[in-house]
Amino acid sequence: MSVNWSKYSAPQTFYPLAGRLIPWFACVAVVLMGIGLYMGFFIAPTDFQQGEAYRIIFVHVPAAWMSMFLYVVMAVWAGVGMGLNARLSFMMAQAIAPTGAMFTFLALLTGAMWGKPTWGAWWVWDARLTSELILLFQYAGVMLLRTSIDDVRRADRASAVFALVGVVNVPIIYFSVQWWNTLHQGASVSMATGSKMASTMLMAMLLMTVAFWLYSIAVILARVRCVMVERESSPVWDEKPTAVQETVEAR
Amino acid sequence: MSGSSMWEAVSGIIRRDLLLAMRRRSDAAMSVFFLVIVASLFPLGVGPEPAVLRTIGPGVLWVAALLACLLSLSRVFTADYLDGVLEQMVLIPQPLAVLVVGKVLAHWLISGLPVVLLSPLLGLQFGLSGESLGVLVMSLLLGTPTLSMIGAIGAALVLGVRGSGLLVALLVLPLYVPILIFGAGAVTSSMAGIGGEANLSLLGACLVLSLFLAPWATAAALRIALE
Repeated sequence: MSVNWSKYSAPQTFYPLAGRLIPWFACVAVVLMGIGLYMGFFIAPTDFQQGEAYRIIFVHVPAAWMSMFLYVVMAVWAGVGMGLNARLSFMMAQAIAPTGAMFTFLALLTGAMWGKPTWGAWWVWDARLTSELILLFQYAGVMLLRTSIDDVRRADRASAVFALVGVVNVPIIYFSVQWWNTLHQGASVSMATGSKMASTMLMAMLLMTVAFWLYSIAVILARVRCVMVERESSPVWDEKPTAVQETVEAR
Repeated sequence: MSGSSMWEAVSGIIRRDLLLAMRRRSDAAMSVFFLVIVASLFPLGVGPEPAVLRTIGPGVLWVAALLACLLSLSRVFTADYLDGVLEQMVLIPQPLAVLVVGKVLAHWLISGLPVVLLSPLLGLQFGLSGESLGVLVMSLLLGTPTLSMIGAIGAALVLGVRGSGLLVALLVLPLYVPILIFGAGAVTSSMAGIGGEANLSLLGACLVLSLFLAPWATAAALRIALE
């Protein structure tokens, strides 16, 4: 069975598709988040160095991963939009920015909550913390630039250029614990050497990551539908084709 | 496209911008005065303790240089945007990114180079000694062109946008952070006796990278602004 993917690049066809997909992603996200949090808080063993305080990582690490991942995804959509001049790509980039900013803030917040009992300080000027803070500023910049420009087409393209320029920061954040001698601990999970933590801990963390990922998809799809409605002065797309017909006839 | 005609276009733009700046010397002088005043305020605010001033000196001078660059960014494209010169530049057969290099170089010569030349004097105010003064000048010499290169992207993005003065600061300052860290780090580590070579090399790498990438982004942003 071949699917004509380019059909869904038109907002008119993507709008109902997104509406059908949202409940699935949202439900699975909630279920996985429930299992992940239960495993993280009740099943995973207590860390012999950090005690119970370490359990914040089940939110912190997935949130930090998502903050970087979503920035790259946003930049990819922005780049696709610039290259193919596709409206939907710019709408996706616009919809991703607030969720990415939320995860960046969540990573910083949970990091501060973890840092206070473990390091004795809410905040240290360490390479990874600083670069994550810059990522938050970049999300803010992308969103502010968009809202400052009234012309939608120009706002799309200008914020796309800025998002693409900011991608430079993502590898800096990711490798900051290797490049600089930082207070922030190095990675405990890596593709090359495998994991250095208990399997239940790893399982809970991966579950939370998948849950956050699915949650992001659900929220972004919901937001992209709002963006579409906002941009079209007369929203006539509905799940039922007849609704379109009725609106057209009513005019 | 022959190389000589591209060079002619770039040098023509640099000559024109320098001439315009010479006709309005007070504009260029303002950012230098700003730098001097900001750098002079810190000893008054923090107190004249030499040990404290020596510790904060590199950071303060770098932040002052960064703000001075930021304040002069609106001059890179705004005038040309308003009187239509920028549209003519887009129509020139030479690639826009190459012309952007000329504009940015001119901006650096007008607002960046005076900062570099003035920095040893300001460094003396903060009690920096012989070798670290040299490192300060080197770090600014490598760093300020990068600031101009990155700043030009922001300046082009906010052309004709309301509240552009504040917006360009919000866009550009986060991107300036690595330059600030490496620049101030070079001076601090040379004062600590480790030598600033590692940070200076990183600054050089940033300069090369921004020379290569920033003109393309700026040219794209200019085309968007002129649509």
